[in-house]
Amino acid sequence: MSNTAISVSDLSKKYDDRLAVSHINFEVPVGTVCGFVGPNGSGKTTTMRMLLGLITPTTGMGHILGEPIEHPEKYLSRVGAMIEGPAFYPALSGHENLMVLAKLGGFPVERVQELLNKVGLGDRGKSKYKTYSLGMKQRLGIAAALLPNPMLLMLDEPTNGLDPEGIQEVRALLRDLANEGTTVFVSSHLLSELEIISDYIVMLRKGEIVFAGPIGDLMAQQQPTIIAKSLQHSDLEKIVAIAEKAGHHAVVRDNSVHILAAMDWAPVLNKAAFDAGITLAQLAPQLPNLEETFFEMTGD
Amino acid sequence: MFNVVLAELRKLRRPTLFLGTMGSALFFTGLITSFVYLMIDSPQGNGDRGRTISREVLGLASGSVNGFASVGGFLGIIALCVFAAQTAQEYTYGTLRNLLIRQPGRMKILIGKLVSMMLFAIVMITVAAVVSIGISFLLAPGANVSTELWFTSDGVDAIFTTFINVTISVIAFGIVGMVLGLLLRSPISAISFGVLWLLIVENLLIAVKSSLQSWLPGAQLSAIATGGAIDISYKHALGVGGIYVGVGALVASILFVRRDVAN
Repeated sequence: MSNTAISVSDLSKKYDDRLAVSHINFEVPVGTVCGFVGPNGSGKTTTMRMLLGLITPTTGMGHILGEPIEHPEKYLSRVGAMIEGPAFYPALSGHENLMVLAKLGGFPVERVQELLNKVGLGDRGKSKYKTYSLGMKQRLGIAAALLPNPMLLMLDEPTNGLDPEGIQEVRALLRDLANEGTTVFVSSHLLSELEIISDYIVMLRKGEIVFAGPIGDLMAQQQPTIIAKSLQHSDLEKIVAIAEKAGHHAVVRDNSVHILAAMDWAPVLNKAAFDAGITLAQLAPQLPNLEETFFEMTGD
Repeated sequence: MFNVVLAELRKLRRPTLFLGTMGSALFFTGLITSFVYLMIDSPQGNGDRGRTISREVLGLASGSVNGFASVGGFLGIIALCVFAAQTAQEYTYGTLRNLLIRQPGRMKILIGKLVSMMLFAIVMITVAAVVSIGISFLLAPGANVSTELWFTSDGVDAIFTTFINVTISVIAFGIVGMVLGLLLRSPISAISFGVLWLLIVENLLIAVKSSLQSWLPGAQLSAIATGGAIDISYKHALGVGGIYVGVGALVASILFVRRDVAN
């Protein structure tokens, strides 16, 4: 069996004159957690839909669990997915909704209650879906995705609407699944969460791949950042000017200046700011996290 | 495909849908069948569009199913609404993507859905037939209608034939609803278009040009239920109605199989 769970080559999707996804290439190894990140409208959901056989690619090819995406019937019985949020029948209970999908996929019906318990809906399974909170709907969506005991789990924003405890539970669940050999392909805007659980990252921007590979490689590519804050907001632009004069890229973000520079340049900046009459309130060298890297690479 | 049928039946058996639909079917069945007997001497007629169904006709072997055959068109409209709503709601709820992830064979989904809704329709028709014949039997003595021939072998044949005709008609109406659901992807649009066309537009067109009655889809499907009408032979209705349903189903199936699921 192939050791890549997902492999995509030159995959594109064009709507009218707009390329929603443009000639993307990436691979996701079996048994890893792969974070799929990108700004809204970058093509994440379109890519997932193509991988699930819901929409036809304009160009390119892809393989899921070694099978071509032109034949979703060959791999979907081993794939669990929730894309673009949970979607169920409002007049049916959570239990009934899962029973519909269990019957449809030919899965053992005993799994339904097991999964409801697993996602914390064991005592609300008989309630109608329309009475569920957003977090409960999300949990039901995750339960539905787990019905086939999947080898590959594809989740689109699974933590939307969850409280911090729920987010932590989902994170632990995904990590456990990966440890048991399930490949997890998950998109989320909670980049700090992805950074904790992901082994791989695929980053999209305007339909194009910005990065695809091990998260360690992504971080290693990034330069360390110095974050500087001043007492006067008006001094931020002056700090940017000092940094750029010294040849370092700098931007103002969240009332602080983010400067791409090694840690040993921090004392130099401190002195230059003092000489310019600027009182620094904070000067903190730090290695970039996924969020910083995301902003840096996607330009958002 | 058997799994698709089982999954769909779980949705169709929910009490609000099942009991609501059966309630509507029973209401119209009771109302129309009762009219046939209670208004037997009315100068306005006791049948469809002011037609008079006489004691002599009701006393024939086929008399027990006169009311039931008249209800066929209404049962068809109920089926159209159910089939259209059950199909189009998959788009509005976004549940179609779940179905296609669990069963990527799109024709299997479509045929499984159709089979399950046909089973639902057959239950509705059976209940309507039993209730209509029961009401007819109860009201016949009061209307001086003889029931002597109703349950002879000819009478049973007539019941069976009418049941088949009504079933063909109702399922054909249902398929029209399903086609509209697939094309319009919205339950409200599909139902309102279907019902307005069948109840208003066709009648207006026939009022303007009566010869259109032989060619409009709703008129053909209603004529099938009654085993033919005054101006439309059974065979003609079956042929023309079959072409409408067949072409509609073909176009909708091709669109369903090929269209991207982007919601």
